[in-house]
Amino acid sequence: MIKQRGWKEVPTAGVCWVPATEYITGDWRTFKPKLEQAKCNKCLMCYIYCPDGAVEWRPEVGEIEFNYKYCKGCGICANECRQEAIKMVLE
Amino acid sequence: MVKIQQQVLALTGDEAVAYAVKQSEVDVVAAYPITPQTIIVERFSEYVYNGEVDTEFVCTESEHSALTACLTAAATGARTFTASASAGLALMHEILYVTSGCRAPVVMTIVNRALSAPINIHCDHTDSMVERDACWIQFYAENSQEAYDSVIQAFRIAENPDILLPTMVMLDAFFISHTLESVKVFPDEVVRKFVGTRRIPMVRSHEGKLVPFKLDPENPITMGPFDIYDYYFEHKRQQEEAMQRALQIIKQVHDEYEKISGRRYGNGLIEPYRLEDAEIAIICIGSAAGTTKTVVDQLRAQGTKAGLLRLRVYRPLPVQDIINALKNVKAIAVMDRSHSFGAHGGPIFHEIRHILYDAPIHPKIVGYIYGLGGRDMPENLIHQIYNDLEKILETKRVEKPVHFIGVRE
Amino acid sequence: MASVRKFALKDLAEKPDLIMPGHRACAGCGPAVAYRQILKAARGPIIATNATGCMEVVTTIYPYTAWRIPYIHTAFENVAANAAGIEAALKALKKKGQLKHDHVDVIAFAGDGGTYDIGLQALSGAVERGHDFLYVLYDNEAYMNTGIQRSGGTPLGAWTTTSPAGSVIPGKPEYKKPVSDIMVAHDIPYVATASPAYWRDLIIKARKGLEVKGPAFLHALTPCPRGWRYDMSKTIEIARLAVETCVFPLWEAVNSEYTLSAPSKVIALKSELKKPVREYLRVQGRFRHLFTPKFEQVIDEIQRDIDKRWGRLLKKCGMV
Repeated sequence: MIKQRGWKEVPTAGVCWVPATEYITGDWRTFKPKLEQAKCNKCLMCYIYCPDGAVEWRPEVGEIEFNYKYCKGCGICANECRQEAIKMVLE
Repeated sequence: MVKIQQQVLALTGDEAVAYAVKQSEVDVVAAYPITPQTIIVERFSEYVYNGEVDTEFVCTESEHSALTACLTAAATGARTFTASASAGLALMHEILYVTSGCRAPVVMTIVNRALSAPINIHCDHTDSMVERDACWIQFYAENSQEAYDSVIQAFRIAENPDILLPTMVMLDAFFISHTLESVKVFPDEVVRKFVGTRRIPMVRSHEGKLVPFKLDPENPITMGPFDIYDYYFEHKRQQEEAMQRALQIIKQVHDEYEKISGRRYGNGLIEPYRLEDAEIAIICIGSAAGTTKTVVDQLRAQGTKAGLLRLRVYRPLPVQDIINALKNVKAIAVMDRSHSFGAHGGPIFHEIRHILYDAPIHPKIVGYIYGLGGRDMPENLIHQIYNDLEKILETKRVEKPVHFIGVRE
Repeated sequence: MASVRKFALKDLAEKPDLIMPGHRACAGCGPAVAYRQILKAARGPIIATNATGCMEVVTTIYPYTAWRIPYIHTAFENVAANAAGIEAALKALKKKGQLKHDHVDVIAFAGDGGTYDIGLQALSGAVERGHDFLYVLYDNEAYMNTGIQRSGGTPLGAWTTTSPAGSVIPGKPEYKKPVSDIMVAHDIPYVATASPAYWRDLIIKARKGLEVKGPAFLHALTPCPRGWRYDMSKTIEIARLAVETCVFPLWEAVNSEYTLSAPSKVIALKSELKKPVREYLRVQGRFRHLFTPKFEQVIDEIQRDIDKRWGRLLKKCGMV
């Protein structure tokens, strides 16, 4: 939780002072995506179709990783994965 | 600083404003025409199309878009100006609040014109009076000279990092806007030096750094966010604080300008005229003050202790200055060239009564609605008002607190 | 000179999005996908502006912001005027030598609410004046942010809260306004339609829009799980079906010359690939009431209208 500021401390003109990355949307989900790395062909469709940017490509290890801090569990990635490598499981 | 030689030009109020804008190094002018402001934008277009100014001139498709474009241009770091009147200002209404909420220092000239219906192109102050809550600094000019001077000062005031509030300079439709006057103007470099370059204050962004308050890919910031009930009140409180700070700064800028121009308008906020020992006084704004000064002189010649208080700045309301100026007056008539229907008098009448409520002085105060839709306010009617005040002084009673003067019964 | 438009996903994935995660869009939000994709097309310094609406609200709930680039929001109906003001200021500052960059792109986002209806005047004015900016319409076919009310972009027969599926009138009785054709009629350099299901096509179009000198208009169909009533995992599937059924064909108009884009061109060349509109309507709860004996004929009307518009489009593309 961000501590609320008084009018004298708030930045002028309503300029936002906290990046959205500090807001954890991961606790919204009911289901979470689970990836079977063996089936994944690294097409990155899950990456480009994620509304939240919660799918990350790790070039150093050549793997897809889900960022569970932000994943809302919508299931688009699982629905679009042509390799059926992603399953939605109950949180 | 030393008084600078000025040239006398024959200019109408609109032309004087356009000239002031030309000299003030404005980056973006976005405007939409409406009588009686049209001459401002027409004259300015000539400057642009003849290469006399470097301004980006945007002829928007409505006033709403005109003010929007000025707002975002100011947010990007440009100096901006626009002008409107009446229905155009009314159309901008939503964006007036957005502009002050975004703390964009837009300068706008309003040529005071009545609101429809029925449609009327002539002078009354209703259009800008109804916007007095929008957190814009408001100046009312008495003549073309003051319009020229006030527009130049407005850039300095609006852009001051301690204020950062948009500013309106008003002048009366046709009486001032279209009437030729001798106006003393500065050479271009003098105005350029006076307004200076726009100072951009610093603000703390979401990246945790102090960055310039403008839209710049080098230092991205987010402006115009969505407030829930946990922050909106604080943002508005900040705006009120900026309004209060403006009182002192307006006086400073006015005094600085006096040094180079040799002209002053009272103390910059209010202009008392023969008020120090006056027993009866009129309070008003705009061009009618000019006529009233003539009437005051006539009455003074007869020995009547009459005076006038002209409000130059209406927002922020110069409360203490008004109270101090009226300390000897026993009966006051407030002239309103606008009306608030069903509200027992006009806006200035309301506000004067309100600020004097807690003051140590308690003069009798009556209100006169006059001049709506460009109805002329001649000397004889002003004499009538002073007569009424003298009667009040005699009888120590107010028969009728609110009058409509100049309307056919 | 067109810039490199390779857009390989692995390259795109190595750079952070210009919109941060942690924004408050609904799970499965179509516009959010479109925003991420479109901003991948940014080619340098860029300033964004948004009209009031879903994406504006979810990305800037004070004090949080999801925008990594400079951003301003003012009101609902004026995002095109916002862009005009920013563009004019950039020109003025550049003239004075106060602009650090050689060029800064301006991108304006608005929903169908802020474009078809209340925003049309500002849009028409801004493109007539020829400002250099890209206008992105993210079309979720209703005023979603205020609770799914109908807009000029809502299609025929759709349920919305102000055009409900009643016993007498089955959803919206009016057709979807052809706003992209209106933009082509303004004779602007670039107009295109896109769907987030065809991400490369969309990103390339966004890049073309940014590159073009003058106004560009990109119309993206972005399904909304809440308003269209479908399971949130099906957003991309439905965005794909819209193209496959020719409900939302993909095309570009460069200097008012229409060309079909590959996903729709393939259907024009092989008409067996054109799926019946029924398949698109069936998966959305907002059309469920049409699958009843009383209102079945509306589905036929929708099919006729889709076919008519498809035929017209083929003619404009010289592909009859």
